[in-house]
Amino acid sequence: MPVIQIVIFAILGLVAVGTAVGMLLSRNAVYAALFLVLNFATIAILYLILGAPFIALAQITVYAGAIMVLFLFVIMLLGVEKLPFKERLRGQRLIAILLGVVFLGEAVLYLVYRGQAGQLPLPDAIQFVSPAELGRVLFSQYMLPFEITSIILLAALVGAIVLTHHDKPTPAAEQI
Amino acid sequence: MPITYYIVLSSILFVLGVIGVVVRRNAIVIFMSLELMFNAANLLFVAFAAYYQIITGQLFVFFVMTVAAAEVAVGLALMVAIFRAKHSIDVDQMSSLKG
Amino acid sequence: MDTLFTLVPWVVFAPVLGILINLLVGKRLGEKAVGIIGSLASGAAFIISVILAVALGQHPEGVVHPLAEWMTIGDFSVRWAFQVDTLSTTMMLVVSGVGTLIHIYSIGYMHADTHHHGDPGRFRRFFIYLNLFIAMMMVLVTADSYLMLFVGWEGVGLCSYLLIGFWYEKGEAGLGNARAGRKAFIVNRVGDFGLLLAMFVMFWAFGSLDFATVFAQAGTVAAGALLAITLFMLLAVTGKSAQLPLFVWLPDAMAGPTPVSALIHAATMVTAGVYLVARSQPLFALVPAAQTAVTWVGALTALFAATIAVGQYDIKKVLAYSTISQLGFMVAAVGMGAVVGGMFHLITHAFFKALLFLAAGSVILGLERGHEAALNGQHLRHDHFDPQDMRNMGGLRPRMRITYWVYLIGALALAGIAPLAGFFSKDEILAAASEQSLAVFIILAIAAFFTAFYMGRQLILVFGGKPRTRAAEGAAENSPIITVPLIILAVLAALGGLLNLPGLHWLETWLEHSLEGLSAGHFILWVALLSLAVALLGFWLAWSIYARKPRQKPAEPDPLAAPLGDIYRGMERKWWVDEFYRAVLLRPAAWLANLLAGPVDQGGIDGAVMGTGRLARLAARGLSLLQNGFVRGYALVMLLGVVAILTYLVLR
Repeated sequence: MPVIQIVIFAILGLVAVGTAVGMLLSRNAVYAALFLVLNFATIAILYLILGAPFIALAQITVYAGAIMVLFLFVIMLLGVEKLPFKERLRGQRLIAILLGVVFLGEAVLYLVYRGQAGQLPLPDAIQFVSPAELGRVLFSQYMLPFEITSIILLAALVGAIVLTHHDKPTPAAEQI
Repeated sequence: MPITYYIVLSSILFVLGVIGVVVRRNAIVIFMSLELMFNAANLLFVAFAAYYQIITGQLFVFFVMTVAAAEVAVGLALMVAIFRAKHSIDVDQMSSLKG
Repeated sequence: MDTLFTLVPWVVFAPVLGILINLLVGKRLGEKAVGIIGSLASGAAFIISVILAVALGQHPEGVVHPLAEWMTIGDFSVRWAFQVDTLSTTMMLVVSGVGTLIHIYSIGYMHADTHHHGDPGRFRRFFIYLNLFIAMMMVLVTADSYLMLFVGWEGVGLCSYLLIGFWYEKGEAGLGNARAGRKAFIVNRVGDFGLLLAMFVMFWAFGSLDFATVFAQAGTVAAGALLAITLFMLLAVTGKSAQLPLFVWLPDAMAGPTPVSALIHAATMVTAGVYLVARSQPLFALVPAAQTAVTWVGALTALFAATIAVGQYDIKKVLAYSTISQLGFMVAAVGMGAVVGGMFHLITHAFFKALLFLAAGSVILGLERGHEAALNGQHLRHDHFDPQDMRNMGGLRPRMRITYWVYLIGALALAGIAPLAGFFSKDEILAAASEQSLAVFIILAIAAFFTAFYMGRQLILVFGGKPRTRAAEGAAENSPIITVPLIILAVLAALGGLLNLPGLHWLETWLEHSLEGLSAGHFILWVALLSLAVALLGFWLAWSIYARKPRQKPAEPDPLAAPLGDIYRGMERKWWVDEFYRAVLLRPAAWLANLLAGPVDQGGIDGAVMGTGRLARLAARGLSLLQNGFVRGYALVMLLGVVAILTYLVLR
């Protein structure tokens, strides 16, 4: 097991977690969004390491490029409100963190020890999956989900427009 | 390198996302935590795809990303609509279903 | 001739018709019409009974005339059918005959009552209840199954209650009469419970409650079941016919109007128990132990009640205890298997006891009239003058002649002086007793002695000597509407012995058709002479104690009080039976009832139910606090749930 791989993974992991924490802790919504962008980028690199180039670039393009930009647009639109730090619900934060830790412990326990995924080594040389191959499988075996996804996108499009639609006053009402 | 590392990393990111949803008050930041959770799951998918050398994992990530994008669009549109009514993005203000 | 039997439902429906007419249009028709309609209804029942009797003469085995199907449940089916045989026709004649005479008497009696005490609306109610009673009694005697008999049994119990408490606002503390009615009803209930249990065992053993089926199969059933049935029936008899230990309601029942006492508590309702045993002879004949029990209950009651009658001052109470005593004679007779003797005594007792009660009513009316005259027409509401207390009477013989003579005839008949009716009937019972059990014979003979004694005492206290109060001085004879029924009953009491003269035995041959295995009644000369001697001894003793030194003032103590001391006090206080029951039965029952009503019902059960409601409300209020509207809180709870499930899965 090459050390360099572990080191790179460790660095990337730390950055990912760090940016995630940063997103959680920043009071400013824009800062949080930017932290998240960094997080996405890190994960994209991890994808690359795992041999999924298309996915990695799709991550950057779609997630970091489109979704986060959308977030930033909305933040700008709605005003950046600095909400008070004091937690209104008693014990919310404490219990949340506690539960989170327990959850983490259990998830790891379950997946690693019960699922016996502990000793599974990744192959040293990971096959790069070419976009062509991905496309082939996508358009042959997974045609149906593909089409349905396009309908979902259509629904989202329509939904977004309907939800934010302003009713323009009719000319007749304006005259009165 | 054992896949355990990826599992641990993914779990940490997921739990951070969960905590973010529960603790933060800004609706938009809650959404962003949601995206974080999606990503954690995606990471795990790709890791296992790499281990088993099958392509299905990556394909799944593809679909997840698409649907996440759609969901974000609608969700943010919803948030805009709520902001127009309540003039605030504090989820604690949206507590009319009480009692 | 057979078609005449189809008239039998009218013995029930004629009185019902009377009820309906009086109920619906009685108010408009006025007092006289109401009385006439009631009497006509009862008279119609009597005429039909006579017709049936005549028809039976040709057709002596009797007929069962079905009217309607009542219910069918699985294998069990009951119909309303009328059994017309010699036994039931005898009862029908007695009930409707005496009943009609009492209806006529009541027209006069209740007229006086509503004028003395106000509230004319009562008159109509009285006649409705009387007709209802006749109808129910007819249902009882014409029943062809134990279930229909029970319907009539309960019905007459209800009428008894209604009529005892007729003057419901009177009596001590304004509640006394109502309490007496309630006491009668509840004590009777205990007896009815016995009859119900007997019917349950009967159904379980025989599968049917019809007389025909039960009597035919009587021999094939387990002896234990028969014993249970007969003993439970004995319980019912002690209730309805006022024997030991359930006789306590009859003296209190004297709170009702005198015609009621005459009809229900002397002539008819109380004889229902005797009728039950007579009808169930096929069952009793198979269980000698039960027969002995019945006989002893009857004999002991006869003696016990007779001793109490000696110490009573109220004219009606003496007659009440006398009734209990005579019922004891009847019950002892049917217990011994001398059914003819028992039925004979039932008939003659109906005549002379009704006569005595009605005559007592006449005396009471006369006394009230005298009291009013003494007060010069002023009407004092609570004047503490008891017109029924014999100590307030005296010297009524020259003032109320007819009443005196009929009373005398009744008293002699009751005591068993030949050749009046009571002599023959009582003698037949004593003869049967002498053949079966010497102990019972001795007890009954002593009771006969006491009977003569207390009747003599009563005659002297009421009619003899000088008037002891101004009311007695002013007493006068009553109108014919009162005295004529008295005279008719006196004639019946005198000549009633003809029904079953020794040698002729008309009643016996008549009843033989309905009752199987009848033992022929004998006439034993020494028994007859002994009973006559005992009665004469009783009268002589009464005369020597009470007539030689007549009472001067109402408040004097009784001449027997000093020599007999505590025994006399026991007789006066009815041997403290009521007090005993109150302490042993009533007080614990009341305590238990209060316990159940208070802490158990209100506290426990209500508390549990209300508490459940309160708990639900509290829980809801508590739970509603969870819904604070904060989405993040909900999300946290969801997270909690997920973690919990995961923990469970991990730890499994």
